Amino acid sequence: MNKVPAMDEEPCLQVRHVSKRFGEGCDHCLGGGELERNICPKCKTVHAVRDVSLDLYPGEIVGIVGESGSGKSTFMQCLYFDQIATAGTVRAVAYDGGEANLLELSSQQKRKVRNTVLGMVYQNPYLGLRMNFSSLSNIAEQMIAAGNRNVESMRARGNELLGKVNIPLSRAGDAPATFSGGMQQRVQIAKALSNNPPVLLLDEVTTGLDLSVQASVLDLILQIKRDFGVSMLVVSHDLGVIRMLADRTFVMLNGQVVEHGLTDQVLEDPQHSYTQQLVYSLL
Amino acid sequence: MRQLYNFAFFDEASKREIRRAIIKGVSIPGHQIPFASREMPIGRGWGTGGLQVTLALIGQDDVLKVIDQGADDSVNAVNIKKLVAETTDVEVTEKTQRASLIQSRHRIPEQPLSADQILVLQVPMPEPLRNFEPSEAKTRVLHAEADYTGAWLGLFDQIVRYGHTVTNADHPCLVEGRYVMAPSPIPRFDTMRLNMAQNLTLLGAGREKKIYAVPPFTHVHPLDFEDYPFAVESFEGKSCRLCGATDVYLDELVDEETGKTYYQCNDTAYCQQRREEGRNE
Repeated sequence: MNKVPAMDEEPCLQVRHVSKRFGEGCDHCLGGGELERNICPKCKTVHAVRDVSLDLYPGEIVGIVGESGSGKSTFMQCLYFDQIATAGTVRAVAYDGGEANLLELSSQQKRKVRNTVLGMVYQNPYLGLRMNFSSLSNIAEQMIAAGNRNVESMRARGNELLGKVNIPLSRAGDAPATFSGGMQQRVQIAKALSNNPPVLLLDEVTTGLDLSVQASVLDLILQIKRDFGVSMLVVSHDLGVIRMLADRTFVMLNGQVVEHGLTDQVLEDPQHSYTQQLVYSLL
Repeated sequence: MRQLYNFAFFDEASKREIRRAIIKGVSIPGHQIPFASREMPIGRGWGTGGLQVTLALIGQDDVLKVIDQGADDSVNAVNIKKLVAETTDVEVTEKTQRASLIQSRHRIPEQPLSADQILVLQVPMPEPLRNFEPSEAKTRVLHAEADYTGAWLGLFDQIVRYGHTVTNADHPCLVEGRYVMAPSPIPRFDTMRLNMAQNLTLLGAGREKKIYAVPPFTHVHPLDFEDYPFAVESFEGKSCRLCGATDVYLDELVDEETGKTYYQCNDTAYCQQRREEGRNE
């Protein structure tokens, strides 16, 4: 059941001109003056994300690569409202048909978006999981937040998802604090899927895992894409991961997108000097 | 009385401030009001929240009763009673219906309270979301937005781990359809008795510096799931060994010589009264 998006299909997530700066900004940097990397030399404002636009189509995986500090994680956090974006619009078809700018919603509405439209998997499982609550409770959290008040239905859904991510049901009642890193990451993925979100945000999900566990997590992500037709935004600095997962790739440097295109094209024929450097440093 | 202290220990300005917090609490049922918890001659965590509410409210015509887990004569209750009596000279009583002001720890008296009585409960942990979210700034936002996922999640986690909820006391309640409140560690048996009660209930947390209230005739609903309904402790088939009461909260005790278990009213004043009435009949 492979969902191939038709060309005329509407994007499920539309991101336009999203920026995030830390600091007030001044005439120099807001007027388009030169920055030192991503810092304004005059007022020292950090321009972490600068004018990023992208479309995410149903059933597709978009990769974002870039070095540490290039703003890729900050961008992701802006989409999940962990950081407040300074400017820009984000529209999601699944929320209200793409009417409202999600970045301008009230915090209650934002919470609803987080609970029903988006799923987030963090690099560090401690950010995404409640380590001392059972795995089942972790998965149930968003279902409870979305108004479910039936224990058995949530337990059934939780067990189903744990099965999907290969966690033995005998450990469903255990806290993720007692799990290995790979298992924690898989619980996080199950949690992110609990409400069937149309969009999944994955932030460096395999960083810090050993190779065999990495492979099983990547396998799982592709399986989820195939079975549920979820769209995903994958942030990684690992080109191998991007090559395996992403249909299209965006390359970020100093807060800006410097190049984007089909993953294969970007990796085989990089145009921007930074992308060239990145691709050729691949061991 | 030799006047060593101002009436009711506090200066008048302190009493006024605490009364302001109380009024605000009554106006917003179940909402925690921060207040400047005073240094008291007993340690924080030993009922200072309840004591400050009591001292702020008490007047010369009041009749005071203090109980600790249903007993009038436990050390904590006696000490608090003595302190208030020393500094106010008000009448103290053990009879529930005679008291106008009742300070209690972990129990609501068995006899239903009337509209002219005030119940003051001592609270160790006023925040029902604290296990879920350690930051006070964040729990305030959660209350403001009525996001009580954390309180439900706590109950869900207990069901997953133990097969049932294990909040034998302090089961979180939704007050008047708005705020979720920790009712202080009263047993489930008492939780239901807060609902539509005739009397005013004030809850004071000294260490955590919070006051909140359940005004008379307020809806109080314990949180529960569709398929795991809230249930109170059952004492079916058991009765008090001393007074024979059956529909009350009973303590389970063990006779150390015979090893047999027996049951006794937890509310000592209620038990005493029943026995006195039985003798008169």
